[in-house]
Amino acid sequence: MSTGPGLESLVNRMYNRQANEFLCAETISIITNDGRIIVGTLRGFDQATNIILDESHERVYSTREGVQQLALGLYIIRGDNISVVGELDEELDLVNDLSKIKAHPLKPVIH
Amino acid sequence: MLFFSYFKELVGKEVTVELKNDLAIRGTLHSVDQYLNIKLENIKVVDDDKYPHMLSVRNCFIRGSVVRYVELPPDGVDVDILHDATRREARGS
Repeated sequence: MSTGPGLESLVNRMYNRQANEFLCAETISIITNDGRIIVGTLRGFDQATNIILDESHERVYSTREGVQQLALGLYIIRGDNISVVGELDEELDLVNDLSKIKAHPLKPVIH
Repeated sequence: MLFFSYFKELVGKEVTVELKNDLAIRGTLHSVDQYLNIKLENIKVVDDDKYPHMLSVRNCFIRGSVVRYVELPPDGVDVDILHDATRREARGS
């Protein structure tokens, strides 16, 4: 099992890992420590939970208007900053009309 | 190591994980690792009117560093075994 840091371990990890299992090329939703939601295609990850996210966009929730989506592109998100990685179920995502959802933005993580 | 082993015993049980950003997620414990990262399946966010941010997510991976509490089913805890394991850890074995 490769242990050290380095970008080689990030790109296209395909083998089974206890937690992130076969999620490469899946659409995922990441909650960051500052309370942002970033949705994109998982391309790679490593032991430190650093993540490569392709075609990503941020979903901004507000109480006044519906959800805004801001296009971001190809991102590397450092593992330190990640709280939750969720598997986005495409069918469920189609059912929910994002423009109608109003909510307070998530709170930042306080250690 | 004690808690890692303990959580492995709880795989398959329903737990509620409260995070340090006050979000609470209920789900079936699928797996855990040495960092106490947690993977939950069939999740339901507690108070999902206030937190619709995970509506389209069924399964999720929660980084251990961001967990505040893990609420367990009361019958999921064998107190005697836990006591023994804790004593062994404390002794430094």
